[in-house]
Amino acid sequence: MTAPSPHKLEFRDPLKAKKLTARLDELVAEVGRDPVSVMHVCGSHEQAIARFGLRSAFPKALDVVMGPGCPVCITDVPEVDEAVALALQGVRVATYGDMLRVPGTVKSLADVRADGAAVEIVYSIDQALELARSEPSRELVFFGTGFETTAVATAAALLNGPPPNFSVLSAHKYIPPVMEIVTEMPGSRIEGFIAAGHAATITGSAVFEAFVRDHGVPVVVAGFEPLDILAALVRLVELIRDGKREVVNMFPRCVTREGNRVAQEQLWKVFSPTGGRWRGIAHVPNGNLRLTDAWASFDARQRHRIDVSRLWDFAPPKLLGQCVCGEIMSGSKSPRDCALFGKQCVPENPVGACMVSSEGTCRIWHQYGGHLDLRSVA
Amino acid sequence: MTKFPSLVPQNPRIAMRHGGGGRAMRMLIEDVFLRGADDFAIDGVGLAAMDDGAALRIGDRYLIVTTDSHVIHPLFFPGGDIGRLSIAGTVNDLCMMGATQLLGLTCGVIIEEGFERAVLERVQESMRACCREAGVPIVTGDTKVMGKGELDGLVINTSGFALAPRVVRDAGLQVGDRVIVTGTVGDHGLAVMAARNKLELTGELKSDVAPLFDLIQRALEAGGDGVVAMKDPTRGGVASALHEMAGKAGVGVLLDEAAVPVSEPARAASELLGIDPLHVANEGKALIGVRPAVADAVLAALRAHPLGRDAAIIGTAIAEPKGKLVLDTGFGRRLLAEPEGEPLPRIC
Repeated sequence: MTAPSPHKLEFRDPLKAKKLTARLDELVAEVGRDPVSVMHVCGSHEQAIARFGLRSAFPKALDVVMGPGCPVCITDVPEVDEAVALALQGVRVATYGDMLRVPGTVKSLADVRADGAAVEIVYSIDQALELARSEPSRELVFFGTGFETTAVATAAALLNGPPPNFSVLSAHKYIPPVMEIVTEMPGSRIEGFIAAGHAATITGSAVFEAFVRDHGVPVVVAGFEPLDILAALVRLVELIRDGKREVVNMFPRCVTREGNRVAQEQLWKVFSPTGGRWRGIAHVPNGNLRLTDAWASFDARQRHRIDVSRLWDFAPPKLLGQCVCGEIMSGSKSPRDCALFGKQCVPENPVGACMVSSEGTCRIWHQYGGHLDLRSVA
Repeated sequence: MTKFPSLVPQNPRIAMRHGGGGRAMRMLIEDVFLRGADDFAIDGVGLAAMDDGAALRIGDRYLIVTTDSHVIHPLFFPGGDIGRLSIAGTVNDLCMMGATQLLGLTCGVIIEEGFERAVLERVQESMRACCREAGVPIVTGDTKVMGKGELDGLVINTSGFALAPRVVRDAGLQVGDRVIVTGTVGDHGLAVMAARNKLELTGELKSDVAPLFDLIQRALEAGGDGVVAMKDPTRGGVASALHEMAGKAGVGVLLDEAAVPVSEPARAASELLGIDPLHVANEGKALIGVRPAVADAVLAALRAHPLGRDAAIIGTAIAEPKGKLVLDTGFGRRLLAEPEGEPLPRIC
């Protein structure tokens, strides 16, 4: 066999990983609390943690919680309803594939597509623009979701001059405010945050400085390889042990303190932060990105009369009442605590949003084998 | 037989995943086709065992019987075609039951109206070549033609007959046994996927479709009674086959991910497609459970054969968690999920 082991790739050296987990053991013991709870806010971090089985290597007294880091999952029911209503009104709706099966009040975009509505899956906003140009006489709405990273792409597309039949239904979210909400939640035990490296390439690590000052909780910016995550956790627990309130950038090969200035300018030219509900979490002040008034003509909410009331004639599915997606996203529960997980709620037949999106905690846990705690096995 | 609880609400229609070799297919078989499986007493291994084939006692030996229908798109793919697949697939199922003497195959063909005669001849030529390679004749057959659109091109069913002095089940693992895979995993499914999606890949990604009779004889000779379980990881891949072996044996399996052989082109394709090679079909590989005392001898015998050069010990049977696969990634451990269905339809 000539294939190189995947472990020979940079940042995937199991020996270095073992040294880091040993160090993590020592540090957590030095902190002396059980558990020491930290939160990451990114589906890609959860993917890597699950894929490489890192959770089984974490110290038992270290609780690494996935927070509201799945943009699909935190898209709120009324936002899905708006897209569903537009599709039912005969407008072409284009969106990322994960959004199709996210439940609205009674229907998902996939449901109305099956009923004959024009719902298109796109992999980037450029494809949505192409679709709009291909049928200039028909209105196309791009249902834009995601955090800073995809919001910048949406902003750039608008700044580049979209076709006149194109508009944006923004469900874009902004991560920094929700970290404050989670920290301030009653009973929150979160002592530190791992911040997502890709979003920080745009915002810069400085965006977290005010948060650290105001809330006294350290933040470490991390990349996505196993060693990135382990090294970031080591640094974060060090900061917790020493009572240091700092932002530390452990992803300097991509992230700077200032971030991508051009992208930030584009983002704030097109969007302004407003308060709004995140599914399952709370009302998040400044957590939603809406188009500014200057872009009203490309804002689907201004351009179309969206009638969501007709969606409310049906009863919502019964199982939804037992779904704990909200608590899972705010980090107070894990899929382990859900009676539906892996039983009535599976990727082929999801009940909650966390099982729909490839970045959702439940979907990730299901894909990588479920919820058994392997720290006590074999 | 273990009865698995029905987890997913039943859909009144059959979906493609019900043929994917994963959990959905197993549940369909259990719910529908196993009805009446114990109406007759079988002296040997029957349908209810859901093994790779049946073993019927005749005197002091067993007649091994198996059947398999082959549908694949495209009919010709890098490394093989439907003809080679239809022979190798059935021969390999016979081998997995411990067959030591191949007797013959049957061949039933259903052809769509309008199918090109020259293509049919190419398929038949490939079947003949594979029969020669495996050392087994086709001894009877059947031909049907169906109207245009009533099936997609060509369906080939083959059944196989062989003799075995001792039946090797897929349920024979005990705690401490080693699990050997006879070579690189994922090549067949990924090659078919790459061919369908017209992926540009470095290196040559080819299906591994091959008859394993000769290779398995070497393993049986080297390991004797120490060869305790065999299964070919076709649809659903290693993950699906090992789940079945672990579940039936009431053990867990601890897998060493770094020890699992994956060819470079297959690795590249799996990264590109985001599909774990452990979840992808093979058509020329076997999983062999052996007692620890014979593990090295079996491994050496396999590696001495051209089809077993990349053979490796990839796992160990453990007491807990029963019926589950624990994957050691080198960084930590996680469960390896049982695939719901093959990531793409109709590949074998």
